[in-house]
Amino acid sequence: MSETQPTVTQATLVKKAAPKSDYKPADVSPQRRVQRSFAVRLWSIRHSRLLEWFYSRFADMFLLLHPLWKGIGYGRVEAPIKFVEKRVKGFMFDCRMCGQCILSSTGMSCPMNCPKQLRNGPCGGVRANGNCEVEPDMPCVWVKAWEGSQNMVNSDKILTVQKPVDQSLRETSAWLRVTAQAAAARETAAAPKTGAAA
Amino acid sequence: MSARQRDENPAGIHLPLDPLPGHSSRGRLERVLRRGEFAVTTELNPPDSADPEDVYNRAKIFDGWVDAINAVDASGANCHMSSVGICALLTRMGYAPIMQIACRDKNRIAIQGDVLGGAAMGVANMLCLTGDGVQAGDQPGAKPVFDLDSMSLLETVRIMRDNGKFLSGRKLTTPPQVFLGAAVNPFAPPFDFRPIHLGKKIAAGAQFVQTQYCFDVPMFRTFMQKARDLGHTEKVFVLCGVGPLASAKTAKWIRSNVPGIHIPDAVIKRLEGAQDQKKEGKQLCIDIINEVKEIPGISGIHVMAYRQEEYVAEIVDESGVLKGRQPWKREIRRDDQMVADRLDHILHDEITETQVDMVKTAH
Repeated sequence: MSETQPTVTQATLVKKAAPKSDYKPADVSPQRRVQRSFAVRLWSIRHSRLLEWFYSRFADMFLLLHPLWKGIGYGRVEAPIKFVEKRVKGFMFDCRMCGQCILSSTGMSCPMNCPKQLRNGPCGGVRANGNCEVEPDMPCVWVKAWEGSQNMVNSDKILTVQKPVDQSLRETSAWLRVTAQAAAARETAAAPKTGAAA
Repeated sequence: MSARQRDENPAGIHLPLDPLPGHSSRGRLERVLRRGEFAVTTELNPPDSADPEDVYNRAKIFDGWVDAINAVDASGANCHMSSVGICALLTRMGYAPIMQIACRDKNRIAIQGDVLGGAAMGVANMLCLTGDGVQAGDQPGAKPVFDLDSMSLLETVRIMRDNGKFLSGRKLTTPPQVFLGAAVNPFAPPFDFRPIHLGKKIAAGAQFVQTQYCFDVPMFRTFMQKARDLGHTEKVFVLCGVGPLASAKTAKWIRSNVPGIHIPDAVIKRLEGAQDQKKEGKQLCIDIINEVKEIPGISGIHVMAYRQEEYVAEIVDESGVLKGRQPWKREIRRDDQMVADRLDHILHDEITETQVDMVKTAH
């Protein structure tokens, strides 16, 4: 079976072709240059249920703080919140700051780490050992997403067809957007009631 | 002209067919599938040239054996003639191409433009793919686009067709009438997710699916069982991907170098044990077709015979999947035929005709 065969990649060939002291621009892919270990990411996926529980509390707290964010101004808090969000999610999930987080629908496995940035499921190129076609050393983001989602309470959220990424939202805080949207939804839900009461 | 063929526009072979109720396209493939006939599709090896004859010659060998021809979009991330270009040539000649759209090379602006362009040329079938990564092809330094994924691409084209709108919400004056397809690979992990993933593709707009090469029939059977249990096979036409392996060596190479193609050891053993490996590869393909055609929920086969296109006709014939039916075949028009015969007569038959003689024979 192909699982037992060692996968010889372009990177391996380049690496073997010359001594370590030589200039080898393509010895690793750009993806691997950015991210060399997947340990924390895989831990997060294994603990997807805990993180799901934690995130729902966290989102509630953020929503409670809506008057504060509104008081200071969402525009002003954006930068510091984004700073924290980028580092926390970057450490936990190797977040790429797409600005429209769907971790809860993908078993806490960030789909933007897929070299094809697939947000709706695996491609057909997943290797027999469950690794990525493009990055042979990396476990397929979607194989892991499926595993992670099966541990979660809302395990069927993975079935939603996701819209294409809005590139204009990159490098913005998803936490604040979700909070602002939830607050707006709450207000529109409350508005007809007060209208009826008056 | 002989009696008009079944799925052909009398005003011209290159024109779309009459719209039928319940059909979303005006093409031949959808008609064949909705009539409940076992469909056969194949793949055209895209030429590395700017000569239209290359496309016509490569399409000609499938004449009368297939219902639709996939025009691949730089498959394996290798540069070839574009799928839009191949479709333009094929539709002119009356063929039914399936225009493949890969998300690797084009962003949503280009893709939506190509969908309109393709539909305007008479492309009735479109297959939405993610596309292989650029590292697999001849130009690994290219920028991978992947603006959409296969799922959001399906949804985009469906919205264009059903709602008459671009992704942005801007209105189309004439929406594209296309039969939407997707690819599925039941032979790659995560196996539990694959049938569910098919359901997602159906929700996004897939009306037919073509599978990756099937060499492991029991695995495919399990996948189909799950798909049937989920009720997917009633909503989508499944065409099983099959193809001949040239030799055991090729099979081994594909297994270790082409991700996503699963070839069991038994297949390699069978090829290695054969006297004529090429012939055995063809026979193996026919045997697989005969097994998969019996699986409930299978509506057809997709024969991928890369660089062995000449075997497609034999494989289809010997497996008997068409049950005597002949798919649309490009035939020369009667007036063209008369001119050709007449020219042939004058040039090669060494005759001297006088006007007087001609009048005599005419009476």
